[in-house]
Amino acid sequence: MSANLYGDTPSSPTKDHIISVIVRDEPRVLTRITSMFARRGFNIKSLSVGTTENPGVSRMTIVVGGDDNILQQAIRQLEKLIDVIKVIDHREEKFVDRELVLVKVTITPETRVEVRHIAEDFRARIVDVGRYALMFEVTGDEGKITAFIEQMRPFGIIETMRTGRVALSRGSNADIPTQVYTDGGSKSLEPVLGDVEI
Amino acid sequence: MNGAQALWQTLINHNITTVFGYPGGAVIPLYDALTGFPEMRHILVRHEQGASHAAEGWAKATGEVGVCIATSGPGATNLVTGLTDAMMDSVPIVAITGNVPRALIGTDAFQEADITGITMPITKHNYLVRHANDLPRILAEAIRLARSGRPGPVLVDVPKDVQLELFSGEIPAPHARPESPSPAREAIERAIEALKKAQRPILMVGGGAMDASKEIIEFAKAWNLPVITTLMGLGIYPSKDPLWLGMPGMHGSVAANRAITNADVLVGIGLRFDDRVTGKVSRFAKNATIIHVDIDAAEISKLVHAHIPVRGDAAKAARYFADHATYLENKEWHDKLQEWKDRYVRHPVWSAGYAIKQIVDQLSDDDILSTDVGQHQMLAAQLARFQKPRRWLTSGGLGTMGFGFPAAIGSALADPGVRSIVIAGDGGFQMTAQELATLTKYRIPVKIAVINNSFLGMVRQWQELFHENRYSEVWLGDSNPDFIKLADAYGIHAVRATNSEELESAIQAWLNHDGPSLLEAVVPNEHGVFPMVPAGASLEEMVETHEEAKQKQ
Ligand SMILES: Cc1ncc(C[n+]2csc(CCOP(=O)(O)OP(=O)(O)O)c2C)c(N)n1
Repeated sequence: MSANLYGDTPSSPTKDHIISVIVRDEPRVLTRITSMFARRGFNIKSLSVGTTENPGVSRMTIVVGGDDNILQQAIRQLEKLIDVIKVIDHREEKFVDRELVLVKVTITPETRVEVRHIAEDFRARIVDVGRYALMFEVTGDEGKITAFIEQMRPFGIIETMRTGRVALSRGSNADIPTQVYTDGGSKSLEPVLGDVEI
Repeated sequence: MNGAQALWQTLINHNITTVFGYPGGAVIPLYDALTGFPEMRHILVRHEQGASHAAEGWAKATGEVGVCIATSGPGATNLVTGLTDAMMDSVPIVAITGNVPRALIGTDAFQEADITGITMPITKHNYLVRHANDLPRILAEAIRLARSGRPGPVLVDVPKDVQLELFSGEIPAPHARPESPSPAREAIERAIEALKKAQRPILMVGGGAMDASKEIIEFAKAWNLPVITTLMGLGIYPSKDPLWLGMPGMHGSVAANRAITNADVLVGIGLRFDDRVTGKVSRFAKNATIIHVDIDAAEISKLVHAHIPVRGDAAKAARYFADHATYLENKEWHDKLQEWKDRYVRHPVWSAGYAIKQIVDQLSDDDILSTDVGQHQMLAAQLARFQKPRRWLTSGGLGTMGFGFPAAIGSALADPGVRSIVIAGDGGFQMTAQELATLTKYRIPVKIAVINNSFLGMVRQWQELFHENRYSEVWLGDSNPDFIKLADAYGIHAVRATNSEELESAIQAWLNHDGPSLLEAVVPNEHGVFPMVPAGASLEEMVETHEEAKQKQ
């Protein structure tokens, strides 16, 4: 999106921001989140969603493209959604982020060994072996994955699939507020919405 | 008890005993159950859009939740405009829609529409009810959500078979109204420090401060702060008070817009710096330290950077300011403002502005004035003098033609003790004119004024100023109905005025008529609304007359 959605000039440089969104695991919650981004013209660069250890709670990692204003707006607009329990801005604290990618690379008798060597350097795992292609699985941060793909490009990449980034804050604290772990007393998880499609 | 009965009982338990609706296949069980609840007053409108605006009118006039009902598919989609309007103006309404039976959902069944999907971006939240046993608590939650925090519309979609399903639970008691957040002490103290040093301060209040009128008045008087009320905030501050500067923005007063441009501290409460208010954002209040108080954190620094953000309830914040007041003399500033205040537009004797002035001069402080959208709306906003909040109902954020008349119906029913008057254009009135039947059916004493300039006036004004008089598709004069006969066809008393002498007696006949009545003022079409800040320009570039606007081209 253009960086000047809200002003005449961009207030700060455009870059990628990583946020986690803890949501109630309800039908349509994904649509609610993504339609907020779509309606306001914010750009989702990557989105991963999964259930958590806590039933009824899902976790999304979203990479938002844009300047600081857009990130702020995205967070505040997310916080307004009834299904959103918490939004974590990962700039606020140290975090670990990972992405998984499957890469299918063309091989020939001449390149086979070299391709395998590079893969070893990246600790990529071979998950499928064919006569003319190898499929690798690589996990790592964005930089590592991009570097791996760049290394493989000259050999001929047939296709890739990236999961999008997932992130957790470092340390022993939990991002999800403690009360949502317990069954009783949580306002966010009142049974009110239990059987409701929202 | 079935789901439908539980639904009515829940509304009644919440003290909601008037609803605006229109039946259809998917809500027949609801209407069937209605016969068992004589305490429930259902107002049959003639188009679901009318139901949604009437619910808004009810809510805007009272601050309580307004309820509208529609059937599935086309009934539900007809609510979309009203829901969007309510979202934009933060109006607490609950829409109840029927849907096809659960088993048919997702099959493109007859009259099926994915209304929860459709209304996702235009509601605070919406629900598709899966079981009758969930219905009352979902409805209770919807009502609570609609009016809590920043109010807004909530939709509850109820499949037909859920309405018929046995309900075996207990109807929940209404949720206690949640306590609205108090502003953080440090933030508001910073704001007070900044304000104390101000030489040219102003206070600007919007619709979000509607229930903070008392505190706002105390705040302004204790500090001697000039007050600007936005289109949505008209009435929060009494316009007869010398501190009041008028409305800001595109058709705002000279005083308000000049004050914004020259202010060194601007306190904004319950407003969202809409582009019609700010003009070019980068030039808006460019000399001012901006203190922004809002209950919705997402509004703070959304458009205009807040140097001092204060998140919290408008009344609580204003009370704090009032209690920690420093009287700011600033004589020079007040003299300057007075000079600007003396600059206002004088309307030629026979014009829309003249007619509207004559009408609004007849209003008492208690009367509720609704408008539709267009030139007449801006003229009414400029000319009416509101002394109290919740007396002015207009579509601000969405600018919805067709809003005014049904909204007036809603307000008239909400408080039969006050007079409900609507000023509409000849274009917009026809968008919901079928609600004349609703007036007749229930003898609702709404007073309608149609300002007939034979044009889609506001569009014509833009074409004149920015498109070299190419009046493309805005002429209505060749095909407007005879508004007197139209009213007559619905059994409604009507009078017409075509000049200033006729107007005076017509207004008397119109207002003194016992019951609903319509006044048609046939006015010349060449007048524009001024002052005006051209779209995209900054408030400093405001023009005060037609000639000036043309010169600037
Ligand atoms: C539903 C809808 N359609 C179109 C518009 C665009 N629009 C804004 S003002 C206006 C003209 C209104 O004309 P009229 O109702 O005759 O009022 P006047 O401006 O002449 O007072 C139009 C078409 C709108 N605001 N709402």
